[in-house]
Amino acid sequence: MSDRIAVRVSDLRHRYGDREALRGIGFTVAAGEIFGLLGPNGGGKTTLFRLLATLLPVQSGTATLLGKNVATESRSVRQLIGVTFQSPSLDGKLTVTENLKHQSHLYGLSGQTAKSRISELLDRLGLKDRAQDLVDSLSGGLKRRVEVAKSLLHRPRILLLDEPSTGLDPGARHDLWEYLSRLRRDEGTTILVTTHLMEEADRCDRLGILHKGELVAIGMPDELRLSVGGDCLTIQSSDPKSLAEKLTDRFQLTPRQIGESIRIEGNAGHELLRDIVTAFPSEITAISLAKPTLEDVFISRTGHRFWENEPV
Amino acid sequence: MSKAIAISESINDSNGDVAHAQPSIGLAVYTLALRELVRFFRQRTRIIGALGQPFIFWILFGAGLQGSFRGPAGISYQEYFFPGVAVMIVMFTAIFSTISIIEDRREGFLQGVLVAPVSRLAIVLGKVFGGTILAVMQAVLFLAIGPLLAVVGLSPPISTGLTWFNFPIVLAYLALVAFALTSLGYLIAWPMDSTHGFHAIMSVFLMPMWLLSGSFFPAPESGWLSWVIRLNPLTYGTAGLRRLVTPNIDAVAGLPTFPVCLAVTVASAVIYISIAIWLTGRQTAHNAR
Repeated sequence: MSDRIAVRVSDLRHRYGDREALRGIGFTVAAGEIFGLLGPNGGGKTTLFRLLATLLPVQSGTATLLGKNVATESRSVRQLIGVTFQSPSLDGKLTVTENLKHQSHLYGLSGQTAKSRISELLDRLGLKDRAQDLVDSLSGGLKRRVEVAKSLLHRPRILLLDEPSTGLDPGARHDLWEYLSRLRRDEGTTILVTTHLMEEADRCDRLGILHKGELVAIGMPDELRLSVGGDCLTIQSSDPKSLAEKLTDRFQLTPRQIGESIRIEGNAGHELLRDIVTAFPSEITAISLAKPTLEDVFISRTGHRFWENEPV
Repeated sequence: MSKAIAISESINDSNGDVAHAQPSIGLAVYTLALRELVRFFRQRTRIIGALGQPFIFWILFGAGLQGSFRGPAGISYQEYFFPGVAVMIVMFTAIFSTISIIEDRREGFLQGVLVAPVSRLAIVLGKVFGGTILAVMQAVLFLAIGPLLAVVGLSPPISTGLTWFNFPIVLAYLALVAFALTSLGYLIAWPMDSTHGFHAIMSVFLMPMWLLSGSFFPAPESGWLSWVIRLNPLTYGTAGLRRLVTPNIDAVAGLPTFPVCLAVTVASAVIYISIAIWLTGRQTAHNAR
């Protein structure tokens, strides 16, 4: 029954020299789940990904994949996982089929077994007519597909993907995610994906938000959005600082000032919007009301914008 | 609950023949070595460079130095230089096939190999065997074709000791030297991030190592140079080959004996490959890049 937990990470820490990349991360991923690690670049997701992929030595804490310890049973872990790298791990001087053949051999597949697996994956990923092309001649989207095919040859129970949508156009991104959901449905593969894209994060069953090496939130995307509050008001003002103070005095709110704008989270946003506009008509240049997004979740948990590391 | 059960069932279902395949070290070494060969033959310019350069060196240096050279037992410079060029081919091939480690790392191919469930030994042996095969192929081609150049007047006639009888021994010995030099290239290239660094090492370490191995000129009787040559492990690689392909016994009389050459070359190969295996097995942040 321990098979139900595919990934278990506890108190994982990692430092590069003086810089602490992970500051005690802990979470579990159930078998068959699509789990996303969302965070801005430099948040620690790639370090976590590399630790799980057995590429980095574990310094402190533990990580197990289907009960196998990443630090002490790396060979068994490598057999369980398929890894899709951000920069495809393909040999551009070889054809698509040759790349897949070498990969099969590395995983102990040869002869007829390898052949049928390769042709099955070429088929499923729509690569059949490019099978004899040199990888260097393929577009970024096709390369990514070959990379995914490569990582699935040995039918991994857990698929790790590092920023799979990087460099893909929206169509290719959509296809990739369709394929990943089908893979989970048909084969029960557990999928762990790192991303800095909100829309990609939205497709995951559950999400962990990483910021400065810490897991600041974890849950289903809807759950996380609800935790922020019902509504999200964003106000643009020529003097956001004084407006924020006035709002605090007048409405007993806790506005956050982020750059040139002010954010307020809470319920009954439409009434609040009316009251604020009525009270300070001249100090507001724009005001908008929206349901919270994952970006709002990030801001509310970290006090930072997603894209800039600018403090509030 | 029903969803969770369905998932665990499908996991069991997918445990087919594929999931039970065991990674094998032999298959991994074979496939990684094969990749080296395929890549080599796909790059025409690399083939031309690899084959053209040694012939040009041999013909030009031979023509230029033939008047002034005083070789052991009066052999011509071409004849003296002949095994030295074969060692040069082996060295250059070793350099070019191991420099690709740095490219593999930069282009991302290497990380795909590192996350595969293959022993780190297989990663080293795949690369080194691939380089060794390429080096031996070219060196043998040179040893076979070189003497024929006299026919078209590009070199004076040289007597070669390479015969059908000792061909397997020469082949095996070349393979040993190539294995040692490719392992040496591997351990230099593995920790590097850029090919520039490797080129620097090549100019200040690998090229002098070849120049001072008795390949290019014979060791003087005494002085610092004789000591440098005596301490250079490649000296014994070259001397061993020279003993195998030089029919004039007087011309090789001053060299270390063949058993000594063999012992030193085997020992250096063991040391280089051990360091290469140790470096590759370490889990470091460098490996993850």
